Amino acid sequence: MTLRGKSKLMTKEALDKAVMRISHEILEKNKAIKDLAIIGIRNRGEYLAYRIADNIKKISGQEASLGILDITLYRDDLTEVAEQPQVQETRIDFDISGKDIVLVDDVLYTGRTIRCALDALIDFGRPHRIQLAVLVDRGHRELPIRADFVGKNVPTSLKEVVEVRLNESDGKDEVVICEKE
Amino acid sequence: MATTTLLNTQKKESRWGMTKKNVIWKRKDLLGLEDLSADEIALILDAAKSFKEVSTRKVKKVPTLRGKTIVSLFFEPSTRTRISFELAAKRLSADTIGITANSSSVLKGETLKDTAKNIEAMNVDVVILRHSTPGAPHLLAKVLGPSIINAGDGAHEHPTQGLLDLFTIKEKKGTLKNLKVSIIGDIAHSRVARSNIWGLKKMGADVTVCGPSTLMPVGIERMGVKVTNDLDQAIEGADVLNVLRIQVERQKKGLLPSIREYINLFGINRQRLKNAKDDMLIMHPGPINRGVELTPDVADGPCSVILEQVANGIAVRMAVLFLVTGGKE
Repeated sequence: MTLRGKSKLMTKEALDKAVMRISHEILEKNKAIKDLAIIGIRNRGEYLAYRIADNIKKISGQEASLGILDITLYRDDLTEVAEQPQVQETRIDFDISGKDIVLVDDVLYTGRTIRCALDALIDFGRPHRIQLAVLVDRGHRELPIRADFVGKNVPTSLKEVVEVRLNESDGKDEVVICEKE
Repeated sequence: MATTTLLNTQKKESRWGMTKKNVIWKRKDLLGLEDLSADEIALILDAAKSFKEVSTRKVKKVPTLRGKTIVSLFFEPSTRTRISFELAAKRLSADTIGITANSSSVLKGETLKDTAKNIEAMNVDVVILRHSTPGAPHLLAKVLGPSIINAGDGAHEHPTQGLLDLFTIKEKKGTLKNLKVSIIGDIAHSRVARSNIWGLKKMGADVTVCGPSTLMPVGIERMGVKVTNDLDQAIEGADVLNVLRIQVERQKKGLLPSIREYINLFGINRQRLKNAKDDMLIMHPGPINRGVELTPDVADGPCSVILEQVANGIAVRMAVLFLVTGGKE
């Protein structure tokens, strides 16, 4: 599959502003920071979670708990993919029971990743509440899942691919939309 | 999340210093470490790190292999390996059945191939085999559709033990490259030694084997190891001592004058360790003959990582089960 670059959805400035706005909205909805936990879904959700956690610290002066979730072991398409995807470490060093959790991912599309993440989280304990923050919501849900905090809503066609590129993994910050050829 | 199909080169590092290297696993079976590339070994060790975390949870189970069936066929006795494989499979939500030679139709004279073919007919996904004949798992891999995992074939290989030893060393020392590892004891009869040597050499470690000449296979230097009969020389400067079990059941052929002589020359006690590095690891694949290859104070001492090896075995076997069930070749 080759991808043809189509257009830029977000520049670095727009991305930074969206992440900052999401951080503010999370604080607005979650008053008790001691109960707040930001959990990023690998790979790019992890980096977004770091940024949100850093913002929250800057804004409020307090630190929220931070974790990383690898959902590979919970995927529902393992029997369909050609090779086993790489498993990476899940890092949740605190008890999630009773916490207000914000799951963070880059793109919300079918909702299947989030379904896996919910299953994985529940195996760690019983959080008080789980919310979802995404940088881009591109529609086409296949499950009854919605985001609480959204950077940008983008109507897309099924032929299109939304790529979030982050400095930590791709050397630059931007969101582009490509088309499958 | 899109599956990445990038090639070997791209590395990513996260805030917690974990690196990601994109190597893809294609093998249906795990027969030995001799056939694996350094990248494939590194892939298993990396995956094992993630699986280790699963065993520390309150709910020690992930749904990954739900609906897969795993049969372990053990034609030789085993405690650790069998329990470890069984727990690994169960923690991945697979269904498991264990068969031993004494409780199967092998007693009625059924051949290995027939037993295995019948198991295959029951739509099994993975067969874990321990057999006294070297190459038995390789034979099954050729004739069976399910994945075959070698859990020890005679004196040939015991790949998951090799992998868990590598994992334990890497976890403790951070790397395997340029580490000095000495393997002590009955090298000739040891499948653990062979898997360790293949794995360690591929990962860039410096391996010495030490034991009585009668228990040292001819031509072992060709595997790229140093050979010595002097235990003090093997201990000095070593980062890891991997001490093998003296297989008492195989000592009837007169290869050792007596067990006492072996203890005097190759038994490891605190006195023998006086020139050892302070942070040297002591490993043993189990079961230990206490007072023969290791004195109890050394086996239970601060350098010993023997029980950690056992804990890591589950993680490594989970990684192997996960990877082979996705392999197609």
